[in-house]
Amino acid sequence: MRARAAGESPAATQARSRKQGLMAIDTSKTIATAGSGDTTANCWSCGDMRAAQFCHACGKVQPPLPVNYFSFFGLPRKLNLDMSRLERDFYELSRKLHPDLNARADKREQEWSLEQSSLLNDAYRTLKDPIKRTQYLLRLEGVELEEQSKTATERARTSGEVKKQIVLPDLLEEVFELNMQLEELRANKKMGEDDPALVRDLESHKAQFEKKYEELAEELKNHWDHWDRALDLDSAEERRDALDGMVDLLNRRSYIRNLVRDVNEALGK
Amino acid sequence: MSTDRIVGIDLGTTNSLVAFMQGDRPVVIPGEDGVNLVPSVVALDDKEQIIVGNAARKYLIETPERAVYSIKRLMGRGIEDIQQELKLFPFRLAEDLQPGEVLRIRLGEKTFTPPEISAFVLRQLKRNAERFFNAPVTKAVITVPAYFNDAQRQATKDAGRIAGLEVLRLVNEPTAASLAYGLDKKQNGIVAVYDLGGGTFDVSILKLHDGIFEVVATNGDTHLGGDDIDNLLITIALDDIRGDMGMDVSRNGEAVATIRKAVIEAKIALSSQPATSLEVELPGGKHYQRTITREQFEQLIDPPDAPEASILHRTVGPCKQALEDAGLKPEQIDEVVLVGGSTRIPKVRALVEELFRRTPHTDLNPDEVVALGAAVQANILSGGSEATENMLLLDVTPLSLGIEVAGGVTDKIILRNSTIPASATQHYTTQVDGQTNVAIHVLQGERELAKDCRSLARFELKGIPPMPAGIPRVEVKFLIDANGILHVSAREQRSGKEAETEVQPSYGLTDEQVESMILDSFDSAEEDFRQRQLIEARNEAGTIMAALEKGKRSPAWRQLNTDEKKRIAKMEKSLHAVKGEDDYQAIRDAIDALNQGTMRLAELMMDTAVSTALKGKTMDQADMGEGPDAPHPVAKAEFE
Repeated sequence: MRARAAGESPAATQARSRKQGLMAIDTSKTIATAGSGDTTANCWSCGDMRAAQFCHACGKVQPPLPVNYFSFFGLPRKLNLDMSRLERDFYELSRKLHPDLNARADKREQEWSLEQSSLLNDAYRTLKDPIKRTQYLLRLEGVELEEQSKTATERARTSGEVKKQIVLPDLLEEVFELNMQLEELRANKKMGEDDPALVRDLESHKAQFEKKYEELAEELKNHWDHWDRALDLDSAEERRDALDGMVDLLNRRSYIRNLVRDVNEALGK
Repeated sequence: MSTDRIVGIDLGTTNSLVAFMQGDRPVVIPGEDGVNLVPSVVALDDKEQIIVGNAARKYLIETPERAVYSIKRLMGRGIEDIQQELKLFPFRLAEDLQPGEVLRIRLGEKTFTPPEISAFVLRQLKRNAERFFNAPVTKAVITVPAYFNDAQRQATKDAGRIAGLEVLRLVNEPTAASLAYGLDKKQNGIVAVYDLGGGTFDVSILKLHDGIFEVVATNGDTHLGGDDIDNLLITIALDDIRGDMGMDVSRNGEAVATIRKAVIEAKIALSSQPATSLEVELPGGKHYQRTITREQFEQLIDPPDAPEASILHRTVGPCKQALEDAGLKPEQIDEVVLVGGSTRIPKVRALVEELFRRTPHTDLNPDEVVALGAAVQANILSGGSEATENMLLLDVTPLSLGIEVAGGVTDKIILRNSTIPASATQHYTTQVDGQTNVAIHVLQGERELAKDCRSLARFELKGIPPMPAGIPRVEVKFLIDANGILHVSAREQRSGKEAETEVQPSYGLTDEQVESMILDSFDSAEEDFRQRQLIEARNEAGTIMAALEKGKRSPAWRQLNTDEKKRIAKMEKSLHAVKGEDDYQAIRDAIDALNQGTMRLAELMMDTAVSTALKGKTMDQADMGEGPDAPHPVAKAEFE
């Protein structure tokens, strides 16, 4: 596919990373430790028994507990979410946790308020987005999607490494044709030639892929249902199946996204 | 009077303001001259005194080498960022400036960093507020352009600290404006704020929901504003003068400053008139004159055939991007709010209407609305009031935060338009056996390659216990706080040891540098204030006593009975006794007592003046001297 970025040789890249002396071993955002345990504790201030992020009795912000994004909102790890409820809870928790509303508390409480509200914002941002929510669940369940992530793709693009590519048998023919057309377009460009018919073909191919991309979002919902059902049934096998389905779908999705991006780049968009 | 009063400050490119919440309304605090706007101009006079605001403006023309304006353009920037600025603005950099050093600007014989110059403006606003409250002011909310990066925000916070202000929150300007508007219209819906100021452009899209102001997307350009329009007009005038009059005055600071003043006046006039005359007195007594029509002006700021050269068109991209990031179409915007002096230009308003398909709101003064919003936020931070009950601002980070990873690629860890506070955690290990340090390069921006993003800081994780390569697991937590400023903490997980983070900001002052620049340190702020208060009280005592002397000579004095006269004499004596002492409260009490005791005298004097006038005598003959508009003889005096 793509070679390294212009102006940077692989040697230069290596030299740079050596000089930097660091290696990110895990560039994915860490998941707030998956604790299935308690999400409440006694309030540090008034001792009330059911304090979570803040105390329901005295209103004081509590030190953050190790929770995952689902449990932060008091939700099970299900993927079908009531979005209006999530939004309402987000606003309600913001009114308790936001630093602006704890600006007069002591320094320690201000720290907790900052941590709790960043956790709230991170959790809300992740859960409200269907794709981010799915990816988050996969990571919570110990599935690594890294090889298809945007960062990995870009790193491969710039460093010139060959990136592990997932083969999509049902798309093979279309992808093959598309790549031929892209090559042709690039060759044309080099010669300074213009082929409107080819551009039109590419545009229509791109539109097909974009449509598929949209369809995948719909298809994802079936996997969510599958997962949620598996949780209800408490079936490890069903769960495994549902997770596999989601991994496959997300991989196809990022594959198509990369294709569309290549077409856009070739078309100069 | 509470000493915990928090003021809201709009530290603008062209003008700055300070405001506070009076009851249920935010109001702007005027300066000594009674004017709300303090021009963000700083000058150093020949006695090496710092002059700020209106008084400093004449230095721009008379001794341009001792004055500076639009310093906001240089906040948080390095020498390599400002080459364009240097071509267009008369910034005089220190000659001994080293690469990587914080910029220093020459004012006469001295040099100052941009945060120090901004601090002079802030200190002026602080003093205006202290005069108004008659109490020290040490806490503030300061607004910044929404599109300001971490370094620019940090520089603004530093400026506050240097001015002796604890900056409780940095608020984004368009968001502040929406707070000021939202106070009146407590309704739900989607609001777009278009903010074209003196030097910066921002657009923010907010979702209002039962008092929550949730920013969903923001975009902008921190180097686009009214200044750029002025520069276009200046270029035309300079070309004219060169072409028609054969004079090159482009290097004559005084001439350029005079032209700048004239083009700003012309620009303002063209917002209300179809044409105006640009007139400049040039050195050597020559006179330059040119008529500019609004049509010509609009051609200049928005040439239809060259959108890339159009100042107005440069605001379109950010607006469209913000809409796209918000996942909204223009027709989904319920309200549009205009902020910033440049939005008075009719062509700008037309553009905004076209972009958002809504007639924009202009009911609040676009020069003041940001400061008013800052005052609202200050009120929320101080615990709120009935007017701000239930109001909460949820803002976003305007730019993605990333880390440089192998291959010089930016790995984005917090995406733009994430609600703040926001955090991300990364894990690092070592590459060499026994390695104890790890270097991390933090970036801000949207580009894929690290070299195209803004370098924020280089962190060195130190004190990692020596272990074979790849074994240590250092967890680094990046947290963007509610001010949009980044914090980093690190921990080596295998040993549980807190790793030290040594911050080397790519652009900006170190803590020690800021410390050494503090104008009125927090410890002495109270003392300084007491001193000023004492001097002011003594002046006031002098004024009231002089007024009383005048009163004694007026016919009204004879109308008082002996008891009244005795009482006044006694009070005058006590004021005289404490006037020279250092006891502010005693002087204050004596002034208040005398003020109260001479109320009837003042009334009688006023009556006498009026009846004398009715008898056909002139005011001058009426022993009142200053006429019926003269202040109460014991009215509060003006102070230096």
